[in-house]
Amino acid sequence: MSILVNGDTRLVVQGITGREGGFHSRAMLEYGTKIVAGVTPGKGGQTALDARVPVFDTMADAVEQSGANASCIFVPASGAPDAMLEAAEAGIGLIFCITEGIPALDMLRVYHVLRHMGIRLIGPNCPGATSPGQAKVGIIPGSIHRPGPVGLVSRSGTLTYEVVQVMTDAGIGQSTCVGIGGDPIVGTSFIDVLDMFNQDPETEAIVLIGEIGGDEEERAASFVEREVRKPMASFIAGRTAPPGRRMGHAGAIISGGAGTAESKRQALEAAGIAVADSPSHIPDLLRAAGVRG
Amino acid sequence: MKLQEYRSKEILARYGVPLLPGETATTAEEARAAAERIGGPVVVKAQVLVGGRGKAGGVKLAATSAEAEARAGEIIGMEIKGVTVRTLLVAAAAEIAKEYYLGLILDRASKAVTMIASAEGGVDIEETARTNPGAILRVPLHPLIGLQAHNVRRASFFLAIPADLRSVFATTVKGLHAAFMDSDADLAEINPLVVTPDGQLLALDAKIVLDDSALPRHPDLEAMRDLNEEEPAEVQAREAGISFIKLDGTIGCMVNGAGLAMTTMDLVKLAGGEPANFLDIGGGAKADRVAAAFRIILDDPNVKAILVNIFGGITRGDEVAHGIVEARQTLTRDVPMVVRIVGTNAAEAAEILQAAQLITASSLDEAAAKAVAAAKSAPSAEPAS
Repeated sequence: MSILVNGDTRLVVQGITGREGGFHSRAMLEYGTKIVAGVTPGKGGQTALDARVPVFDTMADAVEQSGANASCIFVPASGAPDAMLEAAEAGIGLIFCITEGIPALDMLRVYHVLRHMGIRLIGPNCPGATSPGQAKVGIIPGSIHRPGPVGLVSRSGTLTYEVVQVMTDAGIGQSTCVGIGGDPIVGTSFIDVLDMFNQDPETEAIVLIGEIGGDEEERAASFVEREVRKPMASFIAGRTAPPGRRMGHAGAIISGGAGTAESKRQALEAAGIAVADSPSHIPDLLRAAGVRG
Repeated sequence: MKLQEYRSKEILARYGVPLLPGETATTAEEARAAAERIGGPVVVKAQVLVGGRGKAGGVKLAATSAEAEARAGEIIGMEIKGVTVRTLLVAAAAEIAKEYYLGLILDRASKAVTMIASAEGGVDIEETARTNPGAILRVPLHPLIGLQAHNVRRASFFLAIPADLRSVFATTVKGLHAAFMDSDADLAEINPLVVTPDGQLLALDAKIVLDDSALPRHPDLEAMRDLNEEEPAEVQAREAGISFIKLDGTIGCMVNGAGLAMTTMDLVKLAGGEPANFLDIGGGAKADRVAAAFRIILDDPNVKAILVNIFGGITRGDEVAHGIVEARQTLTRDVPMVVRIVGTNAAEAAEILQAAQLITASSLDEAAAKAVAAAKSAPSAEPAS
């Protein structure tokens, strides 16, 4: 019925007593996510979220005592790489890193260590993932979702919410929505998530939200051409972006004529994926591909 | 953040990369004095971050110090792609027998710092990549152990570096790599790396681009930022914690989130208008940041309408609406404003906006269309302030 997160997710939140961590942990809990532990060094033995969640000093303690199987990181950029490694060492197999602004060379080392350990990292600089009606991990507002058959994967934050909202308003529900993050080095690629959706029997169609910069969308398109037989729709942000300028996300930059919205659109269309001019056209493209809702 | 050539060379010099002596100058007299100290023929080079300065006449040879003064006088104050030249690098001139390209980039596709080498130096490497990809060697370096001797040998033999220069070539590659890693670069390149007729290996031009996310831990490098070459509005925005890029259109955009900000610009264009800027106000969207964003947008005299698009998630929509209404009262110039707030507390936000008689919209398409219509019916631009 979903990928990555569901009713069996037992989440530990790293940075649970911080402003962001506390706010979003509460929203996750209200959505039904099982938060079994929090970690803030120096606050072990305390509780968080109205005494509903025990807080530990270290990830090792938290995992051992709570049986957590996934982690969500709200630690500031200076400490986030270490937080990811700490989660990995503690035996967590699925890590969501929400933190933005992590230096790329730090991320490069963490990426390769986690990959070597066989750990699934989503992010950094990502909004997380929601499986509507089951669980949400991260910062995507729970209220915009509706359970259903469409999987969504995106490099953006609020643009993801925009697309989810138009789908929900049109009566098209989602199996899982995943934001993979806008940084140059992220743990999970479009292809990784497309592969998961492709194998998930409850996901009947897939929406891919891309943006300018890099060649992730182009490579996703060639993967789809080879492997994916489920209907798809897409939107690419940044048609009007000037070359050579970093558009907010560290990864969103057109350089040397590569990474333009047009080249991505062409690659996706060549792979048989309908590309919308506006997020609001995505429901129509899905309906045209036979998606019921 | 891009560093000027002289800054990039300053860093590379610390890592043993072979360079010719050079000094910066901001007047023709300083250029003459620099040329006298250096002795012999010099090159006078405009220090600008935009490409194509050579073609624009910003790089000139001078045989004598008097000539250096004259050339400097021509180059200082020159406009290159909209940037006024204020600083020159006066460097000893070299004769060139052979030119190479040597660079390191953070390659996100291969998830590695990648060494790039080509025997076709002195030209745009991206152009070579298109026209003659076989002339380029790409070596992804190991992410955990970094540059190894065999990586250096591979580049050395690929470029057919003369045997007696292999050692200094190795020093150059290792220096470039150490500089890249220590300064948290996205790109560090020497172009051209040359061999002179008398058999010296020298870095004649260099460029370093730093990872913005790592700048907080490099205050010494942050201090190398060239504010002269940034849009004043972009500097102001950065200080306010706003991501802003100025464009040429008439519709100012204020959005939370980079992807949604780009989408908003795209939809303005699709509705027949032109965006005046990219602006990501970030998470939270507090009242003071909203006010700063409005000021920055309205400082652009081309702006005839503003489109605000906020998807409340972390942010409560009613708080943003209050912030907009408050900030609006402090604005120096009145332009039509289309506000769309969705997500958390959108209904409360709508009431506040309507009470303040702002134009509202529920969908992004509708908001873009209304902003374009408002800009078209607005009177022609008045001078700012």
